[in-house]
Amino acid sequence: MRSDQEFLEWADAYLKGELSQREQIEFERYCNDTPYAQTQLEEHRSFLKYLGLYGDRVNLQQKMDAIHAELDMNEIRLSAKPHKPVVVRIWNKYKINSLVAASVALLAVFSTLWLTGYFTNVKDNSSQYSALRRDMNSIARRQNALVKEFNKKNSDGTEKDKGINPSHYGATGFALSSDGYLVTNYHVVDRADSIYVQGNDGQSYKTKVVHMDKSYDIAILQIDDPNFEGLAAIPYTFKKGSSDIGEDVFTIGFPRDEAVYGRGYLSSQSDYAGDTIAYQVSIPVNPGNSGGPLVDNHGNIIGIVKGKQTQADGAAFAIKTKFLLKSLEELADVEGEQIVLNKRNNLGKLNRAEQIKKIQDFVFMVKVY
Amino acid sequence: MSKEQKQQTVADDVSLLEGIKRGNSDTLKILYKQFYPMALRFVTHNSGSEDDAKDIFQEAVIALYDRIGQQKLDLKCQLKTFIYSICRNLWLKRLGKKDRYSLNIEDFEDSIPLVNEIEWMEERDKQFFMMEAAMKRLGEPCQSILKDFYIYNMSMQDISDKFGYTSTDNAKTQKYKCLQRLKKLFFN
Repeated sequence: MRSDQEFLEWADAYLKGELSQREQIEFERYCNDTPYAQTQLEEHRSFLKYLGLYGDRVNLQQKMDAIHAELDMNEIRLSAKPHKPVVVRIWNKYKINSLVAASVALLAVFSTLWLTGYFTNVKDNSSQYSALRRDMNSIARRQNALVKEFNKKNSDGTEKDKGINPSHYGATGFALSSDGYLVTNYHVVDRADSIYVQGNDGQSYKTKVVHMDKSYDIAILQIDDPNFEGLAAIPYTFKKGSSDIGEDVFTIGFPRDEAVYGRGYLSSQSDYAGDTIAYQVSIPVNPGNSGGPLVDNHGNIIGIVKGKQTQADGAAFAIKTKFLLKSLEELADVEGEQIVLNKRNNLGKLNRAEQIKKIQDFVFMVKVY
Repeated sequence: MSKEQKQQTVADDVSLLEGIKRGNSDTLKILYKQFYPMALRFVTHNSGSEDDAKDIFQEAVIALYDRIGQQKLDLKCQLKTFIYSICRNLWLKRLGKKDRYSLNIEDFEDSIPLVNEIEWMEERDKQFFMMEAAMKRLGEPCQSILKDFYIYNMSMQDISDKFGYTSTDNAKTQKYKCLQRLKKLFFN
């Protein structure tokens, strides 16, 4: 058994490789035979590793210090100096800050513009511009039938109680003959359950549809009510030919519960789609005016009001009387019902107020349920 | 500067790494001259002094040597980038600004994240400082005796002469005592 000191000297010699081959084998055998020596060797070896690393580092540091002392610091300082001009360096340093500032500014600008309604103004302008185009597809959709939708609320303010006030639509119609034939638009009575007409005196009559013509948008009604006692002689006549552009016309209709007079002039021989069935009339009309008579200065019915273009000023449309007459012929052919139209005009020499007074009794509010 | 001269002064990564492995002292010189200005520039532009730059750079070189010595260097980028990244990391840590102000750091080179290397370095630093502290407490002549024997590989005969021991055996006994003390200091 060796002392610790002796063993470590031996181990040092072994680790440094100073032993001969025979001595090495002897040392290894000794370690294998003596467990204590084995652990001592391992401990010593790992400690020497730390010591070696420490030494390496100290060494390296010394070497580097020596190199550092040799360096020409002035030259290095010069090369380490910024190559970039001051402005570039400042930009690099504050790039992020300025980007943040810029985005905040942008945000502020746009949110202010948005809050002050700048973008909505822009939008308005563009829609005004696009309105200048004649978009045929959308015009068709924009043409509103002048049918008034009744307020579905009843007097209590409750809704959906159709038993009390089930009237769905209101429009206008006018008499064709004294025995109770009326004309209105097809779109007014289309899919109607029952139709009532109410005269200027407030009397309501039940009516039935005797003829419908979808392509002309014409419907012929007949008063079918026991209380009906016939009308006075029709004061107006029906113009067979076409009227000229610029002619003054007027209409009476029921956009509300009271008859409303409207005055205007013929503005075109065809409607928005170029369809020659109807005139274009510059006249104020509203939902409820559908089916109203379009009368010229002499008291001739020249058309039946049927609709208007919502996005154009003063563009209403009225079916030409010619097509009413065609419908009546058809009615006579198919149904065998002959409607005799009035041929004597009593209105020609009257002024407008008197004309209206006379016509008024023959214009009815059409209520569709 | 001509092309040939440039090749002489700017050594490529492969030959540098080879030189480090072989412990070539010229390689260290080349390495130092080639990369120190880069570290100096980075540190001095980020509120550091020349001495800071020296410390940081030397630490980075030590890490590089250590990595190579332990054969743990897995260089996936240029040596320049590696050294720069270590310097950058060390300096930011020293500034204590790593998280808060890293946006305002003025960079001159590309850098890579070095999580493993930094952990490794911290571990090594700990060992080194422990050993250094132990050595300091050990005092002279023990320190020099152990260094001469274990680090500079001097023979016991030379050590005995150097420190004026009457016999080599005396020197050996002294060395043994010193070693035991150092172990005690280091492991506690």
